[in-house]
Amino acid sequence: MEIGNLFAEASQNAGVVDLDFLVLTIISMAIFLLVFTLVLVFCIRYRRGSNAKRGRLPEIMRREIEAGWTAGTVFLALFIFWWAVAAPAALQGQPAPALKIHIYAKQWMWQVEHPNGAREINTLHLPVGTPVHLLMTSQDVIHSFYVPAFRAKHDVLPDRIVELEFLPTKIGTFHLFCAEFCGTAHSQMTGQVIVMRQEDYAHWREVQPQSETLAAEGAALFHSLGCSGCHDPASAVHAPDLRGVFGHIVQLQGGRQVVADEAYVRDSILLPDKDIVAGFAPIMPSFSNVVNNGQIESLIAYIRSLSPQESAQ
Amino acid sequence: MSDITAGAYEYSRTPSIGAVDNYLTHGRTLRSWLVTTDHKRIGILYALSITVFFFIGAIAMAIVRLDLITPAPDLVSDDTYNKLFTLHGIVMVWFFLIPSIPATFGNFMLPLMIGAKDVAFPRLNLTSWYLFVIGALFTIGCIVAGGVDTGWTFYTPYSSQYSHGFVIPAAAGVFITGFSSILTGLNFITTIHSLRTPGMHWFRLPLFVWAMYTTSAVMILATPVLAMTLLLMSAERFFGIPIFDPARGGDPLLFQHLFWFYSHPAVYIMILPAMGVVSEIFTCYARRRIFGYSFMVYCMVGIAVVGFFVWGHHMFVAGQSPFANLVFSFMSFVVAVPSAIKVFNWTATLYRGQITFESPFLYCLGFLWLFTFGGLTGLVLATVPLDVHLTDTYFVVAHFHYIMVGGSVSAFFAALHYWWPKITGRMYDEAWARFAAILMFFGFNLTFFPQFIMGYAGMPRRYHAYAPEFQIFHVLSTAGAAVLGAAYALPALYLLWSLRRGERAGPNPWCATGLEWQTESPPPRDNFRTPPVVVAAPYQYHSETHGPDYQHRDIERAQGTV
Repeated sequence: MEIGNLFAEASQNAGVVDLDFLVLTIISMAIFLLVFTLVLVFCIRYRRGSNAKRGRLPEIMRREIEAGWTAGTVFLALFIFWWAVAAPAALQGQPAPALKIHIYAKQWMWQVEHPNGAREINTLHLPVGTPVHLLMTSQDVIHSFYVPAFRAKHDVLPDRIVELEFLPTKIGTFHLFCAEFCGTAHSQMTGQVIVMRQEDYAHWREVQPQSETLAAEGAALFHSLGCSGCHDPASAVHAPDLRGVFGHIVQLQGGRQVVADEAYVRDSILLPDKDIVAGFAPIMPSFSNVVNNGQIESLIAYIRSLSPQESAQ
Repeated sequence: MSDITAGAYEYSRTPSIGAVDNYLTHGRTLRSWLVTTDHKRIGILYALSITVFFFIGAIAMAIVRLDLITPAPDLVSDDTYNKLFTLHGIVMVWFFLIPSIPATFGNFMLPLMIGAKDVAFPRLNLTSWYLFVIGALFTIGCIVAGGVDTGWTFYTPYSSQYSHGFVIPAAAGVFITGFSSILTGLNFITTIHSLRTPGMHWFRLPLFVWAMYTTSAVMILATPVLAMTLLLMSAERFFGIPIFDPARGGDPLLFQHLFWFYSHPAVYIMILPAMGVVSEIFTCYARRRIFGYSFMVYCMVGIAVVGFFVWGHHMFVAGQSPFANLVFSFMSFVVAVPSAIKVFNWTATLYRGQITFESPFLYCLGFLWLFTFGGLTGLVLATVPLDVHLTDTYFVVAHFHYIMVGGSVSAFFAALHYWWPKITGRMYDEAWARFAAILMFFGFNLTFFPQFIMGYAGMPRRYHAYAPEFQIFHVLSTAGAAVLGAAYALPALYLLWSLRRGERAGPNPWCATGLEWQTESPPPRDNFRTPPVVVAAPYQYHSETHGPDYQHRDIERAQGTV
């Protein structure tokens, strides 16, 4: 349990943020001490009636020093800005494939859907040492996904998918907060992030009962929405066979290639004209006003289940 | 003070009539106050109104802080809690801080400081106050009816679709009060342009007048955007016109851009007047000319201008473009520079002074400490990766209270103690005033410093229930709030006492140089018996060749009366 440890660092980024903060604190304290040492010295030395020399200001106190500290302050501000921008830029380009997890926020709970369809509410299980890529949306007002131990936060907006990436580095249980005021029970919109060993996470995910039912739901939708009318191998309409597609490379028109992952399947349902599979006509209608986010998850789970090695992972 | 005021310190051009005929005795009926066009009386009307609001906002927060002693949400219900912090924010921002220094001391002192008889549009000035009162009535009505729970920021779509509070009356109150700001700003700018007494060139203006000028410019340019934003939000809420609702093609982030386009410059509406006050007081109690007068002016103009281009730093995690984040981060670092230069210049003003430590100066030292601390934590928040972690936590709460309360409210109390003898003609008890200033400083730090720590640990703001590990910080903060409350109540007691029992102040108890000190205390209805003429730059606390001397006789030497 890391809850209760006020300043736990549990992501790759956390150490960077804390270092930034430490450096800025040191610079700030130096400025602060400089100013208030001077104030204190002046207040004592030049208190009314003291013997200190008064008279006119030395020549250097007039122009040079003013120009000097103006230039110094400008330089310091620019330096801190440059340094703060450069530090996180070095973190970019994490090589490992990210674990994509969908987050649905609503008044006042967090719904989580893992890649295999496992669902949970107000808890988020994660494997340690694996980059995590959250795809988040809100069903009502603006919320904000905040895990202090990861030093990670992003507002979650209605009708827009926002993304947040981080790499958990520490096993333990951490706070999940909603950081944007969202109404009556805002302060109860909290949860736990449970970072586990990778094997434990894989095991946990497999034993979640929802994964089977999600794919089954998806299968039912696949028929009821009419997808099977074209995509069934026996169909007369010329549409790609979806068996064994998920997780593999798909050849697109124009010679491009794409890996059929969640984002691709989601795009294909909502924006079918975006990536046309080589050799097929762009005849599929968009389902963007037909299916909701949960149904898309179910469809993705079903399509994943058509690729046996993928669904076993 | 008697050893300072004693001596050959007579103003030959102000015949000593005493307290017989002044702006307070000019009419004694309630009606004479309610239809007054005297800028001094309007300043006092504002002062009384914002004092009422200050205590309303303080009581709301007292209940919140009591509730936060324990992690469980036990004192009030969730909705009541949300309404209380919303009330605190709306009242303190729009009904106390925005009008605080400009509408009271600005109104009272600005014409005096430039040697004018009144502001340029005296009746418009009274209109401003009535608009403020009408806005205030809407807000009080909203409280009585049941309150509003959106936070002072009114973020959509919560405010426009989901909140069950009285959003539109609250917004209407703020909307109407906004016009009071705009008209006051208009009046001040016109006054400064057209009513300066002979010899009062632009670069002879006291820095407080420059502060009023830059503040007024920001009020005029930014406040209409707030009016527009609240109107659009109300249109969505009342008529269902989808402006911010994304499900129907609107954009929820648009609201935040518009809101902060006003509300960030609004921070400068609060802090520029404070900078003006502190500049007057540092130079007076150090007996030294202000260090770098022209830089001080340029810095205020710079803050007012650059302050318009930093609003996006409130939205680093809201979902705006990462490139926009970089631009706004950069501009936020830029806007810190003029503030830092002002801090250095105030410090340098003390160099080779003859410093005395009366209560206005103590409040200003408190201001300097808290403002510098708040400003430096502002650099932390301007750094994007740090802001990602810290935004919407108590770190931000502590930061802006250091600026807006530690900075602006300390300066408000400094101004109150500095100009009280001029406004009322009476001296207050200096020992009590010093005690209150010191108490306020320690109470403030005890209240808000722990909030930096819990904010960094991740305690989100606007939380009714919270995790138990944060309790120690909340307990410290509540204890500090009790001390702070006492420190705010104290001046009310000894200042009221001074009205009856205080020593007569005389025209210039601080031996200060501004024109406002060259007329009686309290000033006559038309400010000056003879229009003053200005022959030199402000702050002639010592001659060009000599430093200030022990007896504070330099002013007379500089003015040629010795």
